[in-house]
Amino acid sequence: MANLTATAPARGTDITHGAARLQELPMGTIWAVMPFRGKTGAVSSALEEAFGLSWPGPGAFTETGDTRLAWSGRAQAMLMGPTPPGGLSDIAGLSDQSDAWTHLALSGAASTQVLSRLVPVDLSLAACPVGTSLRTSLGHMSAMVLRTGSDRFELLAFRSMAGTMVHELDRAMRMVAARAARDAG
Amino acid sequence: MRIDGYGHRISTGAASFTFNGRTIAALEGDTVASALLANDIRLVGRSFKYHRPRGVLTAGSEEPNALIQVGTGDAMLPNIRATMQEVYDGLSTRSQNHIGPLERDLLSLNDLVWPFLGAGFYYKTFMWPRPFWERVYEPMIRRAAGLGRMTRKASPHESERAFAFCDVLVIGGGPAGLMAALTAAENGAEVILADEHPHPGGRLLGEDETIDGAPAAQFASSITARLKATGKVRVMTRTTVTGVYDDLNFGAVERVGSHHAPQPALPQECFWRIRAKQAVLAGGALERPIAFPMNDRPGIVLASAIRSYLHGFGVVPGDKVTLFTANDDAHRTALDLMAAGVEVAAVIDPRHDAKAQGDYRLIAGGEVIDSKGRQALEQITVRHNGKTEDIATDCLGLSGGWNPSVHLTCHLGARPVWDADRHMFLPAPDAVPGLIPAGAAAGHMDTAACLASGVDAAAGALAAIGMQAARPSLPEANEDAGDSAPIWSVKGKGRAWLDFANDVTTKDVRQSAVEGYRSVEHMKRYTTQGMAPDQGKSSNIAALAILADATGRGIPETGTTTYRPPFTPVALGTLAAGAQGKGFAPERKTTSHAAVTARGAPMIEAGLWYRPSYMPLPGETHWRESCDREVAMVRNAVGVVDVSTLGKIEIFGPDAAAFLDFVYTNMFSTLKVGRVRYGLMLREDGHVMDDGTTARLGEHHFMMTTTTAAAGQVMTHLEFVSQALRRDLDVRFISATEQWAQFSVAGPKARDLLNGILDTPIDDETFPFMACGPVGVHGVQGRLFRISFSGEHAYEVAVPARYGDALYRDLVARAEAMEGGAYGMEALNVLRLEKGFITHAEIHGRVTAFDIGMQRMLSQKKDFIGKAAATRPGLLEPDRERLVGIKPVAAGDALLAGAHLFNEGADPVRVNDQGYITSVGYSPTLGHGIGLGFLKSGPERIGEKVMMVDHLRDVRVLCEVCDPVFFDPEGGRVRG
Repeated sequence: MANLTATAPARGTDITHGAARLQELPMGTIWAVMPFRGKTGAVSSALEEAFGLSWPGPGAFTETGDTRLAWSGRAQAMLMGPTPPGGLSDIAGLSDQSDAWTHLALSGAASTQVLSRLVPVDLSLAACPVGTSLRTSLGHMSAMVLRTGSDRFELLAFRSMAGTMVHELDRAMRMVAARAARDAG
Repeated sequence: MRIDGYGHRISTGAASFTFNGRTIAALEGDTVASALLANDIRLVGRSFKYHRPRGVLTAGSEEPNALIQVGTGDAMLPNIRATMQEVYDGLSTRSQNHIGPLERDLLSLNDLVWPFLGAGFYYKTFMWPRPFWERVYEPMIRRAAGLGRMTRKASPHESERAFAFCDVLVIGGGPAGLMAALTAAENGAEVILADEHPHPGGRLLGEDETIDGAPAAQFASSITARLKATGKVRVMTRTTVTGVYDDLNFGAVERVGSHHAPQPALPQECFWRIRAKQAVLAGGALERPIAFPMNDRPGIVLASAIRSYLHGFGVVPGDKVTLFTANDDAHRTALDLMAAGVEVAAVIDPRHDAKAQGDYRLIAGGEVIDSKGRQALEQITVRHNGKTEDIATDCLGLSGGWNPSVHLTCHLGARPVWDADRHMFLPAPDAVPGLIPAGAAAGHMDTAACLASGVDAAAGALAAIGMQAARPSLPEANEDAGDSAPIWSVKGKGRAWLDFANDVTTKDVRQSAVEGYRSVEHMKRYTTQGMAPDQGKSSNIAALAILADATGRGIPETGTTTYRPPFTPVALGTLAAGAQGKGFAPERKTTSHAAVTARGAPMIEAGLWYRPSYMPLPGETHWRESCDREVAMVRNAVGVVDVSTLGKIEIFGPDAAAFLDFVYTNMFSTLKVGRVRYGLMLREDGHVMDDGTTARLGEHHFMMTTTTAAAGQVMTHLEFVSQALRRDLDVRFISATEQWAQFSVAGPKARDLLNGILDTPIDDETFPFMACGPVGVHGVQGRLFRISFSGEHAYEVAVPARYGDALYRDLVARAEAMEGGAYGMEALNVLRLEKGFITHAEIHGRVTAFDIGMQRMLSQKKDFIGKAAATRPGLLEPDRERLVGIKPVAAGDALLAGAHLFNEGADPVRVNDQGYITSVGYSPTLGHGIGLGFLKSGPERIGEKVMMVDHLRDVRVLCEVCDPVFFDPEGGRVRG
């Protein structure tokens, strides 16, 4: 029997321009968890028990270690890391979304400047603190933006748009780096 | 002429650039305008209509005259204001709007026939013969007129776009803006201070004043330093706020690289979208010229601009300066020039009681009535005490008063209010809620009042967002702006220009009134006043004052024209930065993209997706050759095609089945787990929205497929139904389109192929037609659906997308070993046409279930979206255009999609139209063309002959109406 080789959406992108670095994250496990009506509390308890993660409020994510639960819409969050615990499917819709995303990390002192070229949201730490999960647009693409550090974001857009996603971020990174070079020179 | 010891904006470093090929020595910090004036180059361009010599009029972004081309080749930009373009080594600039050298423009002949070229000339002259307009007159006029030249290709220099947010946006960094920013920042607000120039300061950089005992320019730089030290202020220099939109969203253009020699990746400009909670408009005021006869020669400059050039750049635009003004403020120009050692020949002030403020010749009660000088000013003629006097001068400073920059307050529809005491339009109260005017923009003309007004505006802004507002102490500054009287124009012989950029004179405005264009908006269109790139910044108010005079109305009754964004011209390349070419829309690529492009497949766009058109083999020279082979391959062996682009929506919940019953016309609650059903979805208006199959993967778990084109629309529709119409249903859903790589495996050998990759082989019993379920594919958890869009024994196999590339290559290799292979969209289309399966070519939004022969799918047992509307009278009439198959009577004839159908012998005109063809293809299986279309009473006319008429391509083909299912009507093949 043949072995199916897994291909990363962005082919392992790792680019640095100036003070910003764009890296593709290892292909992990992501499940959409959608509690049925009135079951958010029960889902939250189940995830609390299984992973120590409580259900995030709108626009936020919770995390412990490598496990994360990121709000992604009305009655919906993305469980990143583990597969959902058994029995959860009785009280929530569970959809495997592990392969649906191009999952990149943008880090470095210039990361906020780079993202402000593409994301129409206030990314200041006051308005977008660490722990924020945004559904917004990245250029013309629908995206999730997670603020994982004061100088680090995780970006998720459609897997099929990996090429455009990397291209647009690369362009913004080059231009921000060129500004910095202008000001230094 | 350069004056030593002056120049806040320049450094000692040398820079050189070219103007019309001539190398110009400049200093770092110079603008093109200041550098040209420093080199005594006063002729900078030719005027729009009369091709008169023109020079620098202003020192700012309102410049109407000194518009130049910057850059070379495709990077050239026209209509750049020489007053704003900063010089750098290697900058290349050219003058505009002349044929031959600037000094001897051939089109200056226009100036000799000026009496014929007044407003309305073109409308009256080039009326007939009528065909001449398009072929002769218009090209001729377009060649002669127009400012600047277009390049034909996109600029190689890129720009960028960005977003910014703040509590308080301060527009303009003059005295009011600096104090507003300081007040806001020191109270803890996040502030953006935007200023057009390289350094904040505004007029403080162009005046000889002291604030708190220090020179004004020094005050500006120390406040700027204080602003930066707060850590709360983003000082955005070289940034023009171009417009205000709803909810205090602002557009702004920042010059990022356009003042530098090109550097890799450095954008030329950045278009900012700034969202502010409050804003302070401290954009200052613009000085207005005076319309006296022949007031347009190079060397005639605004009085304040002379001070700006002197203090900012150490440049004086002449050796022997005269001034013409009716306000005390402009007399400062004389004092400043004399202090710098420049000769002031005279100050002409029409006010009889005007007083000299220093030791210069004042001609009180005088008016300038003419000027002379071939390519630049040499002499003016002054009328006073009933006599005239010629005065030699090479620079005349004008000041007709000041217009507050109210533009932004009018961008959302408000009109400014005339202040009769100050002879100026002021912002209407609360014109843009949250945008607070301050300083000269609010009519404060002395420095002390501007400083105080900036503090007041910021305090108001802070209060509006619930922040405290401690006030900084106010510095001591000049409290007296002096007296002023309005002066708009001077009566006399000859043309007096208002709009220099569009060559509009006072005579044109009066002519407009005479001809009945008395409304200011009509006057604007008739004369083109204010319609040039400067939008009449220095001329509109004077023009309406003259219109008011000509029509016997007051200025407030006459009113202003509409101020629209952008405040200054914005290059389209800046507005659209990043959206050129493929930046226009994201590309969606399937996991098989690399494999199919490696095989040389031409790609076609389906929405944002890229899909292979066909898969050429070596030796195949025509797409039909490949397509025919691929169709035969599927019919006789097995074919593989990527169908991942179809929308996949995963639906969960106790009420998932009820939800599907409501959105589909047919029943889904009766579908068994492990089975798939075809479903039809209507819009609320009873017309078909989309179709597709839905699989029941569990009791409360379904997987819906949509067409590629309608995936987004269906998702939106489901959200609407769930959130707005059926909140009673407990259902959750999410798109899974991106999660799964899904491939159709079709043909008599499909199952043989699949059993080579499935962990557990299948047969008809375990996996009959319309079965579905989880499967292991090479050990990977996947899903299998036995469905067919080709009429063949077929499956769709899905695996997580990371394995898509590998699985596609494996499937194709296995198919090829079985005399099959990969196929593309062309073959897919022919296969579905042979079976009469519809796509969005048929369900194009105007057809009902009845029209496509699916009225039996409208369940009688339940309600569903579109049910009531679908049964409206008129939607079930037999003579509607209904789905049929079409084939040519002569097998060799080709059908054309989009062609219309007529009865044989009928005149092919609209009233005889019987229907149209939606899809066509050549069926290699049947050996002739086939098509689907809609025909009046179609299903009742099977066997009839109709004429296909394509008026566009001038083709007529006699056709036979047939059943839409051309091949295997019993459907035996699909069951294996």
